Amino acid sequence: MSVLQISGRGHAMLETAGAWLLALIWILPLAYALWAAIHPSAYSAHFVLNAPLTLENFARAWNAAPFARYFLNTFLLVTMILAAQLVLCTFAAYAFARFTFTGRDIAFILVLLQLMIMPDVLIVENYRTMSALGIVDTIPAIGLPYMASAFGIFLLRQTFKSVPRELDEAARVEGAGPLTVLLKVYVPLAKPVYIAYGLVSVSYHWNNFLWPLIVTNSVGTRPLTVGLQIFASTDQGIDWSVITAATLMTSAPLLVAFLLFQRQFVQSFMRAGIR
Amino acid sequence: MTHRPEPAAAMSAAAVPRLRLPAQVHGWLLLLPAAVLLVTFTYYPTVATIIDSFFSTPKGRRAAVFVGADNYQAMLGDPVFWRALGNNIVYAASVIPLTIALSLAMAVWVNGKIAGRPFLRLSFFTPTVLPMIAVANIWLFFYAPGYGLLDQMLGVFGIPTHNWLGDQSTALICLIAVAVWKDAGFFMIFYLAALQQMSPQLAEAASIEGAGRWYFFRRVTFPLLMPTTLFVLINAIINSFRLIDHIVVMTQGGPDNTTALLLFYIYEVGFKFWDTAYAATLTVVLLALLALLALGQFLILDRRIHYQ
Repeated sequence: MSVLQISGRGHAMLETAGAWLLALIWILPLAYALWAAIHPSAYSAHFVLNAPLTLENFARAWNAAPFARYFLNTFLLVTMILAAQLVLCTFAAYAFARFTFTGRDIAFILVLLQLMIMPDVLIVENYRTMSALGIVDTIPAIGLPYMASAFGIFLLRQTFKSVPRELDEAARVEGAGPLTVLLKVYVPLAKPVYIAYGLVSVSYHWNNFLWPLIVTNSVGTRPLTVGLQIFASTDQGIDWSVITAATLMTSAPLLVAFLLFQRQFVQSFMRAGIR
Repeated sequence: MTHRPEPAAAMSAAAVPRLRLPAQVHGWLLLLPAAVLLVTFTYYPTVATIIDSFFSTPKGRRAAVFVGADNYQAMLGDPVFWRALGNNIVYAASVIPLTIALSLAMAVWVNGKIAGRPFLRLSFFTPTVLPMIAVANIWLFFYAPGYGLLDQMLGVFGIPTHNWLGDQSTALICLIAVAVWKDAGFFMIFYLAALQQMSPQLAEAASIEGAGRWYFFRRVTFPLLMPTTLFVLINAIINSFRLIDHIVVMTQGGPDNTTALLLFYIYEVGFKFWDTAYAATLTVVLLALLALLALGQFLILDRRIHYQ
């Protein structure tokens, strides 16, 4: 028995060590980026404890490319997409959850199809559509394919369906129309889901790259991800300090938000995943 | 996902017949904005992709002409297509099991009473909030030959330097590592959510019965996590066909197409060689793969509903 206990404890220690090793590997890229960004270029691949600290890399990165403009573009893009998603998905989810209309079930299955066939895959045809509409190289062109989000519709529909019918009917008895009921009853009750969905959407579109890369070709429209890639691949050669500084800069808003609201972030992602 | 007629709605509709039409109209009006966008940017392009794959690429003033299955024939004879498809299968078959196994282990650790739990959770989840494009740049340094972190660390053990991304035998493995690193923490969250919903009495009962941790995990935890595993599996498969940001940054499909995945090849054909008809043909293959997956998901979801 005692032998078993000892081996059990040894096993637990081994497991803890494994978990820590994995965690260290997982944080290593970020830790390295931080190291390279706050030390002079000479120390970017040379790890000594007495390396001097500097913020110069951030200044150099900031001045080497129009990052302020890229930040603005990403901010506009993410805001535009989220605002449109919230409105469109709320309406559609409300229709699916609380209205009986011809073709509802087929329409819902078609919506679910978008969970599989995402805009990320339809780049060739969507580019053609954007050309035909004459909006290539505009911020709305980056956002449009993502605005009617099947994921958002699905998530909100589940939430709306769980709202007790009595609340809905009570409001209607008092003379409220469908839109008033939606705004006064359903939306307030779904607030945690909205927050969860919002965080997932913002981090997805802040980080999205391929479609924006394809559909933009000027400083005035490029989001941060595309700007960073152009900066890192053409301008800098292999100055890791400046590249990591730029990398940290572009990820900073999400990263800081995540570190500050870690619990909410994790819970939001959880909530969005349980369906 | 079954739609039972809702008694309250049926009753009120029967009691006040004139509400029937507005319910129809309201329903469709509410759906309309989303439907317009879905049709324009999902259904139309899906159909257009299939149609375009049977036409030639329009060049200058020469409009596209119907070419039958020519594009498909060309595709079957295109070694790069087969390479990209093969790469994608190897990539998916490596990334998916590794990511799922690691995310499950992470979730079990973070859910238990392990020392330093907040740090572990933070560390595992952080890659999820970082842009792939940004972290790919960092990983690029890790793999840099000679002074890169990997070579520096291996150098301590006397292992000679290696051009990790430039070598055909290691390039894809390097990208697989990045993908696993990026997604494991994301999927951990879903396992964690499922684990936290599990009754602690199960574990108590098992320990009274004298079941070991591993036995308990294999016989109780893992089967109970099956729905989560399916959800994670589907997302992992989708990601392995959808996310190519790291390839654009790190290898551009090289060396000699050893890291070209299907979507990357589509991107190259469509937006570097501007052969849109052939890009559409390749997209059809990708869509077919995803459609198969969708079909599988519906069947699996069906089964899941039956045994619940």
